[in-house]
Amino acid sequence: MASTETSLVKEDGGAPAGKDGGGDLAGLEAGLDALETTAQTRRTPFRRTFMEKVFPPVVAVALVLVVWQVLVWAEVTDSYKLPAPSAVWDEVQEAWLQGTLLEYIWTSVSRGLLGFLMALVIGTPLGLLVARVKFVRAAIGPILSGLQSLPSVAWVPPAVLWLGLNDSMMYAVILLGAVPSIANGLVSGVDQVPPLFLRAGRTLGATGLRGTWHIVVPAALPGYLAGLKQGWAFSWRSLMAAEIIASSPDLGIGLGQLLENGRTANSMPMVFLAILLILIVGIAIDLLIFSPLERWVLRSRGLLVKS
Amino acid sequence: MATALAKSADAGSGTSVEYAARIEHVSKSFAGPAGQQLVLDDITLDVRPGEFVTLLGASGCGKSTLLNLVAGLDEPSAGGISTDGRPALMFQEHALFPWLTAGKNIELALRLRGLPKAERRGRAEELLELVRLKGAYGKRVHELSGGMRQRVALARALAQDSRLLLMDEPFAALDAITRDVLHDELTRIWRETNLSVLFVTHNVREAVRLAERVVLLSSRPGRIAREWTVGIPQPRRIEDTEVAELSVEITEQLRGEIRRHGQH
Repeated sequence: MASTETSLVKEDGGAPAGKDGGGDLAGLEAGLDALETTAQTRRTPFRRTFMEKVFPPVVAVALVLVVWQVLVWAEVTDSYKLPAPSAVWDEVQEAWLQGTLLEYIWTSVSRGLLGFLMALVIGTPLGLLVARVKFVRAAIGPILSGLQSLPSVAWVPPAVLWLGLNDSMMYAVILLGAVPSIANGLVSGVDQVPPLFLRAGRTLGATGLRGTWHIVVPAALPGYLAGLKQGWAFSWRSLMAAEIIASSPDLGIGLGQLLENGRTANSMPMVFLAILLILIVGIAIDLLIFSPLERWVLRSRGLLVKS
Repeated sequence: MATALAKSADAGSGTSVEYAARIEHVSKSFAGPAGQQLVLDDITLDVRPGEFVTLLGASGCGKSTLLNLVAGLDEPSAGGISTDGRPALMFQEHALFPWLTAGKNIELALRLRGLPKAERRGRAEELLELVRLKGAYGKRVHELSGGMRQRVALARALAQDSRLLLMDEPFAALDAITRDVLHDELTRIWRETNLSVLFVTHNVREAVRLAERVVLLSSRPGRIAREWTVGIPQPRRIEDTEVAELSVEITEQLRGEIRRHGQH
């Protein structure tokens, strides 16, 4: 930095100061621009990313495993209530060797993602409508935020009665859980759009639908993404609730059914396996899809400051 | 309604008008805690084509309100405003869209005024060159300094191809040196483009440095208190003695206007 400053001072000193020549102004301006523009931050090296982002959670997981094993050794409770980590690991291996492990995961993940996509398609226009049309907001805004706090398990019994024990019932429960949170995320995103952007847009001629498309939607994107993230969490939870309660042989075995099967078979390792897989899938989808998306949007707007 | 009709009549006739903005007996009041509060009282002002007018006043004189009325962002309570086409508006904050690059911000303005896609990129580059930011096309807003952002905002306003540019204290948040440079730039661009400018400020020296005509507004309600025609040839500098002398005179008057409010 120091070298840049001295070279600029030299340049300024060399030019005749105080005159209104065009070249002088351009030079002064170039100097100001160079001085005031911050240097681009370089990518953090892999080693540092590893030490800051990967290492800590690995330590935490290892610690949990150690405590778990110690509790098993200490025989704090009956072994059928608390299986050893190795017993759960055997369960994983067995499911893997039988080829059912990926099947469990895929059954649930495919349902969850398809349901989430449907919720996205319905929730997005709904959110825009609530955010932009006063009457619609007054009419269904409060219901929409109320629905968000209703546990989606509550929808399982009516969904079973309406649709029977099939995939449509699962999707219905997912939609009822995820649509409100996606729509609400978009509404709060739109509400937080700085009025200055709207005024600037209007003076540029972006009114009505053009204003919505060019100004409101991109400006609301960070809030919308937060809503999507939450929407996925709600989809996944609703689906698990539906799978646990409504298990039937023709539905195929998803992670929820696996959990329920473990309970009926009195097999704690299977229950642990199911919970572990549900947790891992939830984290993986967030880590692989939503977090990168959110970071990309925030970084491109200069809202994510690297420490 | 009167405003809308006057505007469409201008656009429809297609004849050249002898003003860039015509403000006739405009009043504006807002609902306040003590009933209706009169903010602007019977303002009549013409901005001629190619003219640079600064609106000067203390805070609360309604100068930004007047600018919003001219921009069409709000409706006057009484009187009429007609402009030669839709004016461009620049704010104190740069108001650039952070989800677009500098170049794409300008292209959005071009797109919204209906320029075909093929011509946008080239026109945006030209405008960036006009504000001396040739290499900034792909830069994100947060990567630019305050002065650069305001220059991109100026380029975006120019992209609207309006005959009237409204500026609402656009340099108030900048440091003195940057502001000085932007004064020079604005003067240069104004002389190159034959644009009319209505520039709002509370800074007397800035008003005198830039304008051909300085209009002083009194406060609460805002009325036109006095006008000065500035005969000092451009390019001026803010530290020129003529600028300083006229500034002293205007400042005296402005202080008088402010003092009157203490006597109520």
